[in-house]
Amino acid sequence: MTGGGTKKSAESAAGPAAETGTDGAAAPEAGASAPRTPSRRALLGWGGAGLALGAVAAGGTAAALRTGGDAAPAAAARPAEAVPFHGAHQAGIATAVQDRLHFAAFDVKTDDRAELITLLKEWTRAAARMTAGAQIGSGAIGSLAEAPPDDTGEALGLPPSRLTLTFGIGPSLFGAGGEDRFGIRDRRPAALVDLPRFPGDNLDPARGGGDLCVQACADDPQVAVHAIRNLARIGFGKVAVRWSQLGFGKTSSTTPDAQTPRNMFGFKDGTRNIAGTDAKALERHVWVGARDEKGGGAWMAGGSYLVARRIRMHIETWDRTSLREQEEIFGRDKGEGAAVGRKHEHDEPHLPSMPPASHVRLAHPDSNDGIRILRRGYSFTDGTDGLGRLDAGLFFLAYQRDVRQGFIPLQQRLARHDALNEYIQHVGSALFAVPPGVGGADDWWGRGLFA
Amino acid sequence: MRALRSAAALTAAVAAALAAVSGCAQKSDAAADDAQDGAVQVTATDDGCAVSKKEFPAGHLRLAVKNKGTKVTEVYVYAPGDRIVTERENIGPGTGADIVAEIAPGPYEIACKPGMKGDGIRQKVTATGKGTAPARDPKLDKAVAAYRTYVQEQADRTLPEARKFADAVKAGDIEAAKKAYAVSRTGWERTEPVAESFGDIDPKVDVRADGLEDGQQWTGWHKLEQSLWEKKEITADDKKLADRLITDLEDWRKRVGKAEITPTGMANGAKELLDEVATGKVTGEEERYSHTDLSDFQANVEGAQKAYELLKPVAAENRPELTKELDKQFAAIRALLDRHRDSGSPDGFAAYDTVGKDERKELSDGVNALAEPLSKLAAAVATAK
Repeated sequence: MTGGGTKKSAESAAGPAAETGTDGAAAPEAGASAPRTPSRRALLGWGGAGLALGAVAAGGTAAALRTGGDAAPAAAARPAEAVPFHGAHQAGIATAVQDRLHFAAFDVKTDDRAELITLLKEWTRAAARMTAGAQIGSGAIGSLAEAPPDDTGEALGLPPSRLTLTFGIGPSLFGAGGEDRFGIRDRRPAALVDLPRFPGDNLDPARGGGDLCVQACADDPQVAVHAIRNLARIGFGKVAVRWSQLGFGKTSSTTPDAQTPRNMFGFKDGTRNIAGTDAKALERHVWVGARDEKGGGAWMAGGSYLVARRIRMHIETWDRTSLREQEEIFGRDKGEGAAVGRKHEHDEPHLPSMPPASHVRLAHPDSNDGIRILRRGYSFTDGTDGLGRLDAGLFFLAYQRDVRQGFIPLQQRLARHDALNEYIQHVGSALFAVPPGVGGADDWWGRGLFA
Repeated sequence: MRALRSAAALTAAVAAALAAVSGCAQKSDAAADDAQDGAVQVTATDDGCAVSKKEFPAGHLRLAVKNKGTKVTEVYVYAPGDRIVTERENIGPGTGADIVAEIAPGPYEIACKPGMKGDGIRQKVTATGKGTAPARDPKLDKAVAAYRTYVQEQADRTLPEARKFADAVKAGDIEAAKKAYAVSRTGWERTEPVAESFGDIDPKVDVRADGLEDGQQWTGWHKLEQSLWEKKEITADDKKLADRLITDLEDWRKRVGKAEITPTGMANGAKELLDEVATGKVTGEEERYSHTDLSDFQANVEGAQKAYELLKPVAAENRPELTKELDKQFAAIRALLDRHRDSGSPDGFAAYDTVGKDERKELSDGVNALAEPLSKLAAAVATAK
């Protein structure tokens, strides 16, 4: 067995591609001639979306790439589709919600600023590769037989599956309540507050907090898990997974023209979500503005704030609740999802005629001075809780421009009055500052903060 | 524990490495005939070890030994790294012995050991043949030889400790046996991947209740651990098991020098020691009755560090950033373990059932932080610069 010779193509082909920030497998000049590494997409052949994406990727802009993907024949495009990694905002926020989630929060173990920066660069490079459907490092196969492969390999042969990896930074990294390990305390954005305790919270510290987070969304759970697993592996010694959550069955949609998916209570919820295409609403409610942060937190312009809450649902008691009560609690009918007295899901509710403690009435922007947040939550079921009860609920993910005008006032109101509270409990909580997008090959997650 | 998997992994690594090192061209019928015609004459004296030829064809080797000295002697054939290819003990003064072995082309050493002690008087010889072995970095041969010495030392020092433990069991002295238990395992735990490479010994001495196969009798350390801590009694059977443990460990001590050890095998063995920690010790499964997991943990780390330190000169040439990281992580894990030391306990560590959930997470994070770069050590010693 010889070591050096067998590494070959994976590194030479995909490496430079990642460095230049284009999609390795799809770079146009590579299309026909140059021998290519078997990236996940390449394994599918060069039809449909691969070519369309590749052609546009060379043009370089995220928006164009999206169009390119959409323009490809739908049947061929879907499975192979890659969401562009680079852009003004991170993917995975306004991106059309994928079907599956693996969310992970990390504790930073090193105190060495340079080491943390090196890790963030490595993570960014790996993330760009994985979202493009490529293997990381020298790949999952073909390297030295006596050493473990760089890529764990369970996504080998799978398409990119619209994988997005979204990176965030928790308040604790800024030395909240402790030592300022990285000399960034004065860079903490004013909007990255410590969340207040809400009535009814029963928070488990082992399911909350974290110095860093990565949200992996994909249409295939294997692809999302692969991404988190490889990032955790790259990070060993510098970071450790603090907690993580798998999600399925998106409970909200950033494409509101589509039918709103149902949550574990069987209801449609969040029909008024912000659409990923509604640039105006995104600017107003989701993206941090250039003048939002004065001073140290200015690096957050173009970013967003992510609230993650693990909301346990008391499934068994809910299932024993009468249909009328269920519908009154939500303020919708169960079948169509229409608000009380309305016909269709998207009909504007008439708030004054709804039960005062109903979820829709309380959560509606008109009841909250126009507050809107972008929701990307997922259902979860982590088996059974030891008492024979389904350990299930909603892993709530919401993006907003400022939690002080977003999640906090909204949740304060809901936590006090929502009739749903009898059937749910918030058991995990975390807040992250999600930096703006990665601009290109030289850029990396968190560069603005550490610059 | 986990004998089969580890042994298989080690064997696979070894096979691959051996193929790389020796070319592994075993078959050579013509060469075998030559060797039979011309056995290598070895004349052993009290201060000499003369061989009739220093170069002979690979394949079937026959040594015709004559002891012309005054002491009982033994004769060994060593492959690079001091692996015992074959050996014969108890060759009395004035007597002789025939020793045969199948050998691949490459360099060997023949050693006579008057008095059956020490490294012996050595002669460098070469087995020639078609598939001549590509030269391995002598630094790696040195590392393997030093590690083999370490492994033997650990086996040698284990026996007296194990006897102390066995004697206490046989005397029915529960307290004394408990005190001797964890300490008796240190040498084994330090060299576990090598110890486990003898697939038949590990299931006898280190199997846990959950590792038993249908019909397999539970013997070894953990059975006695259960009697001492959980059942709190020593039965007549336990006393027999104590004797059997010693017999099996003696077998290990005698055979350990023959283990196939290669640089990549050492590197992967070091990583396997951390795997042992990650799957058995950090969870508290290994020592579920005695809760002495931390002393096993410490021994596993020490054994891994020994293998690493020996390979480091070569690894540092190929991958300096890797050895820097490993130095850092070995220091970190040992510092972490030091926080759990308890001078009042017989094995020097706190009982693992007193280690909280957060602290276990911290230890687990530390193991991952070390084991991940350690898994890259094999590549660093296998890849020529």
